[in-house]
Amino acid sequence: MAEEKIQEQFDTEAILEVRNLRKCFPIKKSFTGKVKQELIAVDNVSFKLKAGETLGIVGESGCGKTTLGRTILKLHESNGGQIIFEGQDITNLKSSEMREIRKKMQIIFQDPYSSLPPRSTVGGILSEPVEVHNIVPKSQVKDYVLDLMDKCGLRDYYYERYPHEFSGGQRQRICIARALSVNPKLVICDEPVSALDVSIQAQIINLLKKLQQEMNLTYLFISHDLSVVKFISDKIGVMYLGSMVEFGTKEDIFANPLHPYTEALFSAIPQPDPDVKMNRIILKGDIPSPANPPKGCRFHTRCPKAMDICSEVTPEYRDFGNGHCAACHLLNKD
Amino acid sequence: MEEITKNEVIEDTVEDEVPHDKTVRLMSPTRMVVRRFFRSKLSIVGLIMVVGLFIFSFLGPLIYTEWGEIELDESGKTEYSISETTYTVNGEEYTIRQTTEKSLKDNFLAPPSKEHILGTDNEGYDIFVRLMYGGRISLIVSFIAVFLITILGVILGGIAGFFGGAIDNIIMRLCDILICLPGVPILLIISTILDASGIDAKYRIYLLMIYLTFISWPGTARLVRGQILSLREQEYMVAAEAMGYSTSRKIFKHLVPNVMPQLIVQMSLSLGSMILYEATLSYLNLGVKAPYAAWGTMINIISTNQDILQNHLNVWVPAGICIVIAVLGFNFIGDGLRDALDPKARR
Amino acid sequence: MAKTNKNYLSGKEIRAIARENKKVMKRLEAEKYRKADESEYLTQMKNNDNILEIDELNTFFFTEQGVVKAVNGVSFDVPQNATVGVVGESGCGKSVTSMSVMRLLQGPTGQIYSGEIRFKSKDKTGEEKVYDIAKMPIADIHKIRGNQIAMIFQEPMTSLNPVFTIGQQLDEVTFIHNPEASKEDAKNKSIEMLNLVGIAMPERVYNSFPHELSGGMRQRVMISMALASDPRLIIADEPTTALDVTIQAQILDLLRDLKDKIDGSIMLITHDLGIIAEMADYVVVMYAGKVIEKGTVEEIFHNPMHPYTIGLQKSKPTLNSDSDTLYNIPGNVPNPINMPTHCYFKERCNKCTAKCSGEYPAMIQVSPTHFVACHLYDEEQ
Repeated sequence: MAEEKIQEQFDTEAILEVRNLRKCFPIKKSFTGKVKQELIAVDNVSFKLKAGETLGIVGESGCGKTTLGRTILKLHESNGGQIIFEGQDITNLKSSEMREIRKKMQIIFQDPYSSLPPRSTVGGILSEPVEVHNIVPKSQVKDYVLDLMDKCGLRDYYYERYPHEFSGGQRQRICIARALSVNPKLVICDEPVSALDVSIQAQIINLLKKLQQEMNLTYLFISHDLSVVKFISDKIGVMYLGSMVEFGTKEDIFANPLHPYTEALFSAIPQPDPDVKMNRIILKGDIPSPANPPKGCRFHTRCPKAMDICSEVTPEYRDFGNGHCAACHLLNKD
Repeated sequence: MEEITKNEVIEDTVEDEVPHDKTVRLMSPTRMVVRRFFRSKLSIVGLIMVVGLFIFSFLGPLIYTEWGEIELDESGKTEYSISETTYTVNGEEYTIRQTTEKSLKDNFLAPPSKEHILGTDNEGYDIFVRLMYGGRISLIVSFIAVFLITILGVILGGIAGFFGGAIDNIIMRLCDILICLPGVPILLIISTILDASGIDAKYRIYLLMIYLTFISWPGTARLVRGQILSLREQEYMVAAEAMGYSTSRKIFKHLVPNVMPQLIVQMSLSLGSMILYEATLSYLNLGVKAPYAAWGTMINIISTNQDILQNHLNVWVPAGICIVIAVLGFNFIGDGLRDALDPKARR
Repeated sequence: MAKTNKNYLSGKEIRAIARENKKVMKRLEAEKYRKADESEYLTQMKNNDNILEIDELNTFFFTEQGVVKAVNGVSFDVPQNATVGVVGESGCGKSVTSMSVMRLLQGPTGQIYSGEIRFKSKDKTGEEKVYDIAKMPIADIHKIRGNQIAMIFQEPMTSLNPVFTIGQQLDEVTFIHNPEASKEDAKNKSIEMLNLVGIAMPERVYNSFPHELSGGMRQRVMISMALASDPRLIIADEPTTALDVTIQAQILDLLRDLKDKIDGSIMLITHDLGIIAEMADYVVVMYAGKVIEKGTVEEIFHNPMHPYTIGLQKSKPTLNSDSDTLYNIPGNVPNPINMPTHCYFKERCNKCTAKCSGEYPAMIQVSPTHFVACHLYDEEQ
């Protein structure tokens, strides 16, 4: 009964909703275990994700995009805010209660080498989750796994092989197959192609796209590579030092970037065309340490358009129409 | 360019380094380790040494039944002793040689012969047979000790590594304390207590090895804890977490099999050191006591008689060689296994 | 060879390989450590406008599984005051080529087997000499390594010694190349170098330890170290791969500026076509240890000829494209041991013809600067 009530409260269209999510890591503890200093990895992030969509999260290293993904999966405990998955608030579920939900949300990692257990066969890796979660009757497990392998572009005789025999691209396919073996609804792709060569990247991206259509998946696609994110996403969120600075549909963000950081990020990508000599915005300085972020707007130390107010007041994260949100004082002027 | 656009939807086939021949033998990581192990000559030598000792100690007494472990050769022995007295009378020197013939019950310190392959010791026991029985004791005792050390180490190290926090702290501080304890002095004390309480000489060595286990498990526990800490960071463990596997499945199906290789290396290396420990204890007369045989006690005979150290090498050298073979053998195997598990570390 | 279908080598085969390797390695090692007169490795440039000419370079790794031909008959030139981009996927031999030029290969497994690397060096008196780096004994290599040719590595986190300050490490470079320099001189030169690479507070950086700097700063320091000896050629091996995009933009901008300032050439090794398009004047595309196409940047990007170059360019999603599926090259890079005799790209190629099963295609010149190794263009010769 209680659950039904909660469901009414939330947007039923969204498969995943994140409200003011916050995650801190203690970096200094006193002798008694009291936290003295914290690293705010994810700060006040909110967004909604509809079923079947792909949300791309872009940002540089240390911006908290990986932590965001893992916190949504509850691999890290959050320190505030809400995670609402399929109309159910999962923020405070116990790990035993999470077990049922785990099969609906899965993750694909960046490093295809450390994400497969070295001592199991491909068949073992893929059938274990199927058996644990009773996805199909025991007698059909092997057929189910072979079918899945076929979908992911793996040959049937790989079933009895070990991960060390495969190259990065193949291993990533195995990882994808493992994530999909439990029929998830939401898949968090944490830089799935960053460790791969360009020609293999294209294969994996196409595979992910194909599988999304076939299995009606929702992706949260985390990457530092804007061109990849642009290719695969419907919506894009740009993160900087733990907070979301801009969020909107792909079209909106690319046609009309609101935040100066988004603009700079776009212009920083080298274009594979020697004739394109773009007017590049080169950001000054380094990314500040997330353990000691600057006051006010976190981007003001590098922002080419910084004003006095930026170093004092944190800009409000607002909707500028059509779900295109951003946090910048420049936008508040008019 | 036209052609390529047409071909854009190339079938998603994947050709790769895995041969297409389905019949090709496949090799599990374990089998690859075994192969690499047997490729090294040193580890084969170690294996031969250890297997040889096992056969010698456990099958030997069944085949060679001439003498028992505590069976005296009572065939008797005649001992001659020569004494010389020199004295001077009126500037002239006289020497009197006196030969005493003594008939004894036991045939002790016999040289190697057909009857006694390596001769007999100072009591009249057959050395060859006692070597076999001594080997039995050494191997059994050290295996038990290593087994117990490993079990304790895996359980406590595993708990510390997997759960972390306060439990980890308690277990690791306990390790620190145990490592601080001086091993040998406490052994001496325990041995004295055992003497006083009149425990059968046959069993006291086992009790002492249990004590050794108790002070040796921290090494294994630290190894296991370190391994688990590093494995926990591996993404496949995060994936297992994301899959919603139960804690016991994560520990026993994902962590333990990956700790096993390092454990086996550690076990084979500590087997060697346990054999040395046992020999040391017996040598110091703290372990196996006469009349029971152990390699350590057999070497200890030299302390009874200087003459044996010099003139009766057959009494104590074979036991020494056995100890060296056992320790070297286990160390070779351990090194071979380590190289086989991590082929890159060798270079 | 008969057992190529087997997945694993038997112990016997491995021992045979080891014996064979040992022989060759011993000979090459002896050559490397021999003492030789300068005249032995003096040679002439084919074209005097070039600063570096790599000619039929073969660099092999003698591993337990067999000989890995990491660089397999690679030839290309680096003209004076130009940036040459070497592009390819992991394992294509681009880094090994640069290591060969620097003679930094890990012996005894990695060896320059044959070929010439001609480098036009200029000593302090301004006299120009052409050395064949491949034939130089390792003891003489200091004549060019580190002062005539400098290298910037991929990993700025590990390329600096953590126990010395930036200043100490920079001064050392000056002292090595100019032993008479006073401490003051060295410091002034170091600060000047730090200024040159756009470090805002050179005095502070001079006194700090590597761990106190961010990745981008460390890469700047690495670049300043490379510049401290006034090199004629800078080899940048994936200089920005470990950096974030906005920092990468800074470093690329810096490198471009520097090339004009220092009057030297840059050999830029990367897997990112975007960086190549932006930075390079000439492009060399490598695949599985071979050069498959080379030309000016316009030729490679506007008129790519080799199917691999075409595929590589199409498989990278760009900000401007709007297609629904990405073009992809099927399959994987072949295993570097026991390479076939036909074109290495045959299995993955979509324009493959009957001819491709034959010999490995020769380099065909399609324009004065544009070369391609593919049977598709055989007639044009």
